[in-house]
Amino acid sequence: MDKEFTSEQLQRYQRQMMLPGIGLAGQQKIAESRVFIAGAGGLGSPAGYYLAAAGIGRICMADDDVVELSNLQRQIAHNTERIGMSKTKSAEISFKSLNPNVEFLAIQQRITKENVAALIEDHDIVLDCSDNLSTRYLLNDACVLMSKPLVSGAVAGFTGHVTTIIPGQGHCFRCIFEDMDPYDKSLDSQPGILGAFAGVIGSIQAMETLKIITGIGETLQNTLLIYDGLKSEFRRVHAARNRDCPACGENPTIKISGRG
Amino acid sequence: MAVTVRIPTPLQKLTNGVEEVESSSGSVMDIINDLDAKFPGIGERLAENGKVRRFVNIYVNEEDIRFLQAELTFINDGDEISIIPAIAGGSK
Repeated sequence: MDKEFTSEQLQRYQRQMMLPGIGLAGQQKIAESRVFIAGAGGLGSPAGYYLAAAGIGRICMADDDVVELSNLQRQIAHNTERIGMSKTKSAEISFKSLNPNVEFLAIQQRITKENVAALIEDHDIVLDCSDNLSTRYLLNDACVLMSKPLVSGAVAGFTGHVTTIIPGQGHCFRCIFEDMDPYDKSLDSQPGILGAFAGVIGSIQAMETLKIITGIGETLQNTLLIYDGLKSEFRRVHAARNRDCPACGENPTIKISGRG
Repeated sequence: MAVTVRIPTPLQKLTNGVEEVESSSGSVMDIINDLDAKFPGIGERLAENGKVRRFVNIYVNEEDIRFLQAELTFINDGDEISIIPAIAGGSK
């Protein structure tokens, strides 16, 4: 179905519609897409901002936190006046003020085994901007079971990871990181982070999402991108579907409550 | 030329902050043993009974050793080994 753009929208998106592979058809795909963003923090802020700016049809963002002063050096969707406000509400105000064309759904909830399927069900793409590994595994497992593309980003210190998972077509998060390493104590700690560094990773997540939607270029499917912020170095390692993967392998053992 | 081993931040406390360690060619297990000789304790963090621990990810250049010959994968001079742990944070 063809979406008619208003002259306001045609002007707003002019510079991206000029790009080869986007054009009117690509902009229509962007406007019809529904994206779920898990986390309204250091990654969700830039990813959500750029996706809203690009004219995504609907953004649903889930986060159970409220804005705190110590968030503001990196979580640019929020501001000083909104300390104490729910992060998803704050993000809604920012994104809608940047682009009122975007429909925004604020979910002030923690993502759990019980609600994950219902949360992602009506969306075309999921962005993992969460801050803990159990949510990462939960989102991966739900996306594999429900065949939803998942763009996963993570940051700690000066190291960042991004990978794009297209269930059925390549690797999943557990094909790389099968499960939590019980010996890795760093996973429990809160590492330091620079806002600009999280901004790089969140922006790459937005870029991956727009590529999936419009079909341009090559995504990070079957690739883990590693960014070293101190050396300004990007490295790619090969990821592949693991036949023994507990989520997407030949004999999967992982199920989501009420699913699979 | 030697083999370069990249140590991720969470493991650098076992290497006194060293990010890159040189080793000589051999199997992945030989290199882990060599690392442990230089930095006692890192060996048992990465491997157990001659096998790489289940949730430890080791890459040779761009390839996951799980899709090669695991700990028996032979590493040549000039190759680069990276140990890549999962990252939890989204800086929420």
